[in-house]
Amino acid sequence: MKVSVRFFALYRERAGVSQTEVDLPEGTTPKELLTRLRSSYSSLPLSDSVLIAVNSEYVNPEAPLHEGDEVAFIPPVSGGET
Amino acid sequence: MIYITSEPLNPQEITDLVCKDSNGAVITFLGTTRDFSEGRDVLYLEYEAYQPMAENMLHQIADEVRERWGIEDIAIAHRVGKLEIGEISLVVAMGSPHRKEAFEASQYAMDRIKSIVPIWKKEVFKGGEAWIGGQEEGATTPAP
Repeated sequence: MKVSVRFFALYRERAGVSQTEVDLPEGTTPKELLTRLRSSYSSLPLSDSVLIAVNSEYVNPEAPLHEGDEVAFIPPVSGGET
Repeated sequence: MIYITSEPLNPQEITDLVCKDSNGAVITFLGTTRDFSEGRDVLYLEYEAYQPMAENMLHQIADEVRERWGIEDIAIAHRVGKLEIGEISLVVAMGSPHRKEAFEASQYAMDRIKSIVPIWKKEVFKGGEAWIGGQEEGATTPAP
């Protein structure tokens, strides 16, 4: 199955791309995708506790992905100002 | 009304959206860009959003405020792109019959915006730049 992966902010700069498409075995979870991305993009500072969104919603990283999903790894946020 | 834009924010326009005859209290919060951060002289800032998700999360926060405080009149606008020092990056306006709820709900909304809305800020300062919130080692990139 194909899913698209979005990178933002620090992750976008480190990955060198803002979006990529990956071909994964059926049933792959976001957590497994994370492990895979760590080896493809060695300079990406993805921690185990990174927040993950699928189709614009935060998800459980153990819930399987589906064909056509858009997965985003969310760097620590800083919306607005203090 | 909730939106993300690269255009300058107009606090009066956004405040007007929550002013109603039934509201005795209106609070407008402005987030503005600061020239000094962690000992660095900041030159300008860049904001980046995962736009559809950020808008969804802002709507979710407005729903939470509606449920907890019964406040219906909420307007949130966040700017993205390059901002000079002293510009407005965020406007949160709330109208409520009474002030107590409006203050509490504003504080709550701000805290939620800082924690769940996927918008990132990069400070460009003398000698380098850094994504704020990115506390991982090496988050600071020296100037070329």
